[in-house]
Amino acid sequence: MIKFLVYIAIILTALAIGYLVRILELSASLKGAKPEVVTDKDNKTQAKLMLLFLFAFFAFTTWNLIEFIPKMLPVAASEHGVAIDFLFNFNMLIIFIVFAITHFLLFYFAFKYYGRKDRVATFLAHDNKLEMIWTVIPAIVLAVIIIFGLRTWNKITSDPNPASTLVEIYGKQFDWTARFAGTDNKLGKSNYRLISSTNDLGLDSTSAEGMDDILVKNEIHLPVNKEVAFNFRSRDVIHSAYFPHFRAQMNIVPGMTTMFHFTPTITTAEMRKNPDVIRQMKEINAIRQEKAKKEGRTETPVEFDYILLCNKICGVSHYNMQMTIVIDSEEDYKKWLSSKKPFFNKATASLESKNIQIAEKK
Amino acid sequence: MSDNHGHHESLAHESHGHHDEHHHEEHWVSKYVFSMDHKTISRQFLITAVIMAFLAMMMSFIFRLQLAWPGEHFAIINFIMGDKWGKDGVLDPGMYMALVTIHGTIMVFMVLTGGLSGTFSNLLIPYQIGARDMASGFLNMLSYWFFFLSSVIMISAFFIETGPASGGWTVYPPLSALPQAMDGSRLGMTFWLVSMSLFIVSSLLGGLNYIVTIVNLRTKGMSMTRLPLTIWAFLVTAILGVLSFPVLLSAALLLIFDRSFGTSFYLSDIYIGGQALEQTGGSPILFEHLFWFLGHPEVYIIILPALGITSEIISVNSRKPIFGYRAMIGSIMAIGFLSFIVWGHHMFLTGMNPFLGSVFVFTTLLIAIPSAVKAFNYITTLWKGNIQYTPAMLFAIGLVSTFISGGLTGIILADSALDINVHDTYFVVAHFHIVMGVSAILGMCAGVYHWYPKLFLRHMNKKLGYIHFWGTFISAYGVFFPMHFLGLAGVPRRYYSNSAFPMFDNLVNINIFITCFAILAALVQVVFLFNFFYSMFRGPKSVQNPWNANTLEWTTPMAHTHGNWPGALPVVHRWPYDYSKPGKDFDFVQQTVPLAEGELDGGGH
Repeated sequence: MIKFLVYIAIILTALAIGYLVRILELSASLKGAKPEVVTDKDNKTQAKLMLLFLFAFFAFTTWNLIEFIPKMLPVAASEHGVAIDFLFNFNMLIIFIVFAITHFLLFYFAFKYYGRKDRVATFLAHDNKLEMIWTVIPAIVLAVIIIFGLRTWNKITSDPNPASTLVEIYGKQFDWTARFAGTDNKLGKSNYRLISSTNDLGLDSTSAEGMDDILVKNEIHLPVNKEVAFNFRSRDVIHSAYFPHFRAQMNIVPGMTTMFHFTPTITTAEMRKNPDVIRQMKEINAIRQEKAKKEGRTETPVEFDYILLCNKICGVSHYNMQMTIVIDSEEDYKKWLSSKKPFFNKATASLESKNIQIAEKK
Repeated sequence: MSDNHGHHESLAHESHGHHDEHHHEEHWVSKYVFSMDHKTISRQFLITAVIMAFLAMMMSFIFRLQLAWPGEHFAIINFIMGDKWGKDGVLDPGMYMALVTIHGTIMVFMVLTGGLSGTFSNLLIPYQIGARDMASGFLNMLSYWFFFLSSVIMISAFFIETGPASGGWTVYPPLSALPQAMDGSRLGMTFWLVSMSLFIVSSLLGGLNYIVTIVNLRTKGMSMTRLPLTIWAFLVTAILGVLSFPVLLSAALLLIFDRSFGTSFYLSDIYIGGQALEQTGGSPILFEHLFWFLGHPEVYIIILPALGITSEIISVNSRKPIFGYRAMIGSIMAIGFLSFIVWGHHMFLTGMNPFLGSVFVFTTLLIAIPSAVKAFNYITTLWKGNIQYTPAMLFAIGLVSTFISGGLTGIILADSALDINVHDTYFVVAHFHIVMGVSAILGMCAGVYHWYPKLFLRHMNKKLGYIHFWGTFISAYGVFFPMHFLGLAGVPRRYYSNSAFPMFDNLVNINIFITCFAILAALVQVVFLFNFFYSMFRGPKSVQNPWNANTLEWTTPMAHTHGNWPGALPVVHRWPYDYSKPGKDFDFVQQTVPLAEGELDGGGH
């Protein structure tokens, strides 16, 4: 019944607009005006709107900057992240200058040269000098952008320091597992055919390097000011490990291992004391409290945490695939790591090797 | 050369004469349904695209509601999606994915490729080069009907049990290859692949036809340097399509094999649904390369026709020659060439060799140079013009604005080091919607308003056109401008809800702001839809050359006749941009007017 009424309402509205337009057209033709021809009055009105839009657009841009920049990611918490932010701001400055100049010219000309019956446009087909200028200047600016960009890119993608902490991030629908390389700082072998309910990552128990590998879920700790080299593997589909606070990201592709390395520079505790972060968390908690109040539940305030999230569409729960990352001092990190047990103890290891023998026979 | 032209003309005359005898006997099926006339096919493409665009817009309306008010109950969601996908008015997460996927696919392929090129290449190529019709009317007809079939199949996937494809419009395997990975990778994905394969056939039939027609059927005097920029844009677009779409077809074909016949082109070492798959040795990266080898030229296939239309409309309505005609042709060709060697910038973070990434940074940023030339040339065309604000002109100026502001953020994304942090976030969504989506839509609207008199022999209502423009333009920026900031706050795209992460809770207001503008945009499109369909039957009749334009289509009578010109084909004597030329009686000189003694062509005087 409601559906029927909605359809009726839509049809009636369409009819009403139809008659309205018809009336407008008839009254225009009675006045002797051709409704489709653009008059000087139209030109003037639209030209003024163009100028108005120019101001409104600049005002809107400014409002966006003032309102939204305080909500952006806080200061980069990694060494290369600072370089990325600098490069970003540098490029953004150029972009804003070009944006402002071109939009000013576009809408100002649109305003100034509106059509009038008594005017004739200037016949100007080309000007080699002008065209040369606006080919060469963008080329020079772009050369600068390319050089700065590639220098930063080359630094970020250079080989990791062999002494860096090796961690594997393993993605599957829909969670993360981290594998720490243990005392030998080497990851053991794995094979997807070994995956079972007791061996989530398909680790190979015959691999000597893997004996001290430690598996962690939900929350991992990493040492501050020490380079971490990540290896990424996927079990099923493509995921993307995105660490927004560290300005780090790498796709995770089934069938191959991808890599990224960075050096965290700010511990979680320090970051929680950052004034920007304090302000943002206050706002976030206020919003959460209000929402909880509306829904009649209580809500404990949340604290700032570094996170890892999935940034490549991976299935229905793509939007909720997270892991908390805690950046600790070196001692705290070691303490945390020593509380974790390696995945293989002797009993499971022998069991696993039996399984492998069976699998190989098959 | 002249012999050739003579030959064409005599042939055309014959067919024309032959046609006259049967004029009144034409069956409505061959006139309106299986028509081989370029004007009818153009209208078929346009109307199909308008309907598809409306459907895709409704999809975005539904997922925007979910993004602004996650988990709220909306009667309208239940009304449209039913109990299965909109239980209690809350959108199902799987259906959210499907909606963004099909919204993207329809907009990119059905509306802005098929709809834009199909409408305006078909309408304007024969008209503006002085040809009686396309080189092959039959292939042209097939092109439309493949497109129609492909559109129907894409939409019909909403009526199957497991829903349509939902792995994003880029359909990366293994997600799209494995039915175990999500419901959308079951039958819906097969529908997507079949639909896209038909679409590619349509696109190739159309593209080959456009190229052959432009190269062979130009009328006497219509040299390549006297072609309107619309035709140059359509020509380069068609070449890009013919070279790149077959690659997508091969990608789709291999995906079909992986899905149905157990091959492992894209699959390796996968454990899913409780079992280890047999496939080893393939790589999803192969698919990404194949996809983006089409995918990047594809964005230029979308934007170039819109830029061509804009060049024409800005020149006509500024009453000035387009500034830098040859530089415009040069930049169209440069953009076309470069578009083939930049696809890797979509893949900086796939684990591709960083050096290869550097190469793609370089080639990608090079595209900014011809793009800047185009933007500056548009602005200079306005300078000292006598601007006539038809609705088409407003849309064309709007396009220049969005092309610049969207293009500029491309500098960030093309820089691999910066891409690390913004890749796949809302920054990307903002960038490509403004530079490609909004720009191309504005260009398409400009074309519809400008050539409506040629399409339907009538005018659209001007005032509703003004409302449509300002509403669309303002709400487009209202929707996509704040999205940059969501991206910089680290919000990934294709998230059903941002509420799983407390760090995004303070961004809820931005999403509400965006959705309000999206609703406004949708309402304004209703005004357009009304104006479009109403004017078809009731709009004021147009005169032969309503905008005082120079190009050949305005020398044809205001009637839809086979062969376009009742008598001999027009002969061209000059370039198309002699507006406000000193020493002339009017502020326009049509291409068919012979040069006066001592008069220079191509911008000299």
